[in-house]
Amino acid sequence: MLEIRNLHVKIADEDKVILNGLNLKVAKGEVAAIMGPNGSGKSTLSYVIAGKPDYEVTGGEVLLDGVNILEMAPDERAAAGLFLAFQYPMEIPGVATMTFLKAAMNAQRRQRGEAELTTPDFIKRVNKAADLLGIPKDMLRRPLNVGFSGGEKKRMEILQMTLLEPKMSIMDETDSGLDIDALKIVAEGVNARRDPEHAFLVITHYQRLLDYIKPDTVHVMSRGQIVKTGGPELALELEANGYRDYQSAA
Amino acid sequence: MSAKITPIRSAAESALIDRFPALKASLPGLPALRENAFAAFAAAGLPTRRVEAWKYTDLRAAMREAAPLAARPNDAEITVALKGHSPLAGQGVVTLSFVNGHHVATAGALPAGVSITPLAKALAGGHPLLSRIGALKLVHGDLALSLNTAFMTDGAIIHVAEGVTVDGPIALRFVTSGATAVATAARVLMVAEAGSHVMLVESHEGQGALAHQPNTALEIIAGDKAVVSHVRLGLNSAGAVALSTLTADLGSETSLTSVNVALQGAVTRHQAFVRFSGGDARAQINGATLLSGTQHADSTLVVEHAAEPGGESRELFRTIIDDEASGVFQGKIIVQPHAQKTDGRMASNAVLLSESAAMYNKPELEIFADDVACAHGATCGALDDELLFYLMSRGISKAEAEALMIESFVGASIDFIDHEPIREILHALVRDWLQARAARLNAEAPTVS
Repeated sequence: MLEIRNLHVKIADEDKVILNGLNLKVAKGEVAAIMGPNGSGKSTLSYVIAGKPDYEVTGGEVLLDGVNILEMAPDERAAAGLFLAFQYPMEIPGVATMTFLKAAMNAQRRQRGEAELTTPDFIKRVNKAADLLGIPKDMLRRPLNVGFSGGEKKRMEILQMTLLEPKMSIMDETDSGLDIDALKIVAEGVNARRDPEHAFLVITHYQRLLDYIKPDTVHVMSRGQIVKTGGPELALELEANGYRDYQSAA
Repeated sequence: MSAKITPIRSAAESALIDRFPALKASLPGLPALRENAFAAFAAAGLPTRRVEAWKYTDLRAAMREAAPLAARPNDAEITVALKGHSPLAGQGVVTLSFVNGHHVATAGALPAGVSITPLAKALAGGHPLLSRIGALKLVHGDLALSLNTAFMTDGAIIHVAEGVTVDGPIALRFVTSGATAVATAARVLMVAEAGSHVMLVESHEGQGALAHQPNTALEIIAGDKAVVSHVRLGLNSAGAVALSTLTADLGSETSLTSVNVALQGAVTRHQAFVRFSGGDARAQINGATLLSGTQHADSTLVVEHAAEPGGESRELFRTIIDDEASGVFQGKIIVQPHAQKTDGRMASNAVLLSESAAMYNKPELEIFADDVACAHGATCGALDDELLFYLMSRGISKAEAEALMIESFVGASIDFIDHEPIREILHALVRDWLQARAARLNAEAPTVS
């Protein structure tokens, strides 16, 4: 599904190197977790995959189903089936959540050459997904993320993921700032989409989220590289020992 | 010995000064008010950039010639002027139409407790509220308003009786039309008595590209506990040099919301002069301006807190500037010595969509009381890259994402309008503007062969 080969990334207009020959594979149907200390490049990795312009890729490839997506604009990557749940979702005053959701869903459908959704079909889909995630209807009428709590914003990310039906979803520290109830709802949203067709890359600092989203694979990231790969037991080991061993190993 | 300086008059100034003596005989009513206003103008002339209040909008340079004051249109001219579609058509429970500053039609039933008299009729025949015109003493004199006062031809006096809630907007449609450029000077006074609730919407529509010179003024006098909302839509002719002034005199515990949406006109200036005459009033004064080409739009605001408790003023001006257009925001909050507990907050935010776009922000606070909370903020920049990336990461194209962000940006100001259909109409006009921009960008883009 997702394959990253020898990815080198620096901050645009600066010399600071963030990713330093990173290799990663996420197979179809797999839930992979990336754990790592602060500053190891986890969020940068998610941004680079999604196409944020602040970074310069100096080497390597990011393949989605065998196609290098690095030359694609962020909207084209989304239409190709990629989704990034943001650590800090943005607020858009003056644009109702429903308007935004419809714009996003139809933009992707247009890019894929599919027919736009009819309004009743759109509303039906949103209501179904909102019910599943415990999102009250009045939140959908409000401007996107404006005045939402941290937990509400994250739930809104999961709602977008559910509606946009990506094949590859990246969760960038979705657990940060969440209380345990919100965490469970977010995890349920991810788990509901787990099947042999979809893949997830869950980026987290703490093991806690992985109690609710059980990963197939755990990667440890340090200094812009994946330095160790293992099963779920690796997350527990990190929780017990911390990142000390890996910070010096890289 | 002092040297007597004779200023060199511009063609426009000379024309205005020459025309007044002849016109004043034909313009009925309020001779002293007109004379005084004219004298103020004659002494100062058209303001240039050397006049601080007009520093960023050189009216003398913009108005080289004074277009003739429009005569009352004939039936054929009225038909032509009114046949175009008005964006706010059908929104008023009662709608007054004006062509070239002259009242030509009233449609709809007058709501109970409301009286409306065309100003020309009131000026000619007398009206109990005539003495309220021009009665609000402004902290600073103003030349645009002086010119309107000297030459005011027609307009309306609107009276809303005590305690009356008007069930729907009172709409005023001003159309400037004709084969040659004209000057107009419409004046509206609305007295909303104590405890009344009323919404007033104005649209200013100019046809074609002519350099019309509308100069309109609206005076709102709000009695204690009155709730007034006001919307002004500026769709002047493409070449227009358009001046408009809102004055508001707020009684105790009144609430005023005023939103000015400026879209068309070569050089436009909207002024709002708001005085908190009674204690504990509240005002929300907003602007939403979208400019392209070489348009220039000026929003000038003076809010004077002159009672105790000083009340709460909020100002939110949002400006989008494309191409070589330029925008101006001059906002001043004055807190008089006794206006303790005043809470004033003013924000002007501009987004520049091109390298050659320009914005001039001049926020000012003049505070003479010691127990107040006042703040101002002015920003100017490009569209937020982080937000653009967020939207694009959801599959939305760059052009569509920018359009959503622009609509969101000015929508934040428009959304204070507590009337959903009108709010939606204004949003739709913003989207029209964005579509026109997209079409321009597509036309400029190199064609791929």
